[in-house]
Amino acid sequence: MNPALVQSMVLVFIASVIGSFGAVFLKLGAANLTGSLWSFLNWRLALGVALFLGSSAFYALGIKGGQLSVLYPMVSLGYIWTLVWSRIFFQESMTKQKFAGLGLILVGVFLVGLGS
Amino acid sequence: MSTSISTSIPQPDAAASRRKSILLVFSCTVLGAIAQILIKTGMTPAYFRPELIAILTNVPLMLGYTLYGVNTLMLVLALREGELSMLYPIIALTYVWVTLLSYTLLHEPPNLYKNLGILTIVIGVAVLGRGGKK
Repeated sequence: MNPALVQSMVLVFIASVIGSFGAVFLKLGAANLTGSLWSFLNWRLALGVALFLGSSAFYALGIKGGQLSVLYPMVSLGYIWTLVWSRIFFQESMTKQKFAGLGLILVGVFLVGLGS
Repeated sequence: MSTSISTSIPQPDAAASRRKSILLVFSCTVLGAIAQILIKTGMTPAYFRPELIAILTNVPLMLGYTLYGVNTLMLVLALREGELSMLYPIIALTYVWVTLLSYTLLHEPPNLYKNLGILTIVIGVAVLGRGGKK
């Protein structure tokens, strides 16, 4: 693997981690929504959106240096982080099926990486 | 007697709204994939320069992100109504479209590892969705 591709993969990887935190704050912010427009102006939602924007910047810089058919599938790593944060921050249950899904996603990303 | 008959009447509304959310999520996967191709195009040397004005006037990049943003909102709305375990596998189709469009429009070389990897990810996301309670 050439260094440019490794750098691209690292950038997309970072984007997936930042994006998963964005989802956590959107979820926290959504819990505070009352239905009035003003309730949309809360710092959790704002931080969630900001994290998504930051994630997008890392992602764009990442896919700049490699094939989209290799780098886009890495976005699915975000599912893994989201599941971990859901467990830690929201005490959501970790079922066997979720574990199996995570394993398959990891194997899939690895296979796509081999195809680069 | 009459009450038992009336409760056994199938509800066309539920089936129709289910079809609607499936169709909406399916459309989202296609639009999401197109957004990815636009973003990737906007990041090629022909369009990308690391300056604020150049980035803001980068048509494919801005169009791609706008489409991505609108698409995400649509997806959130669709997911609020529909059954997640059924919609997750459909969402995972985005990976298939992005790969196919990368092969055809961006002329990236296809190979068995990429295809197997995408298939595995799609199954993984589907299994993940079924593991949820909602």
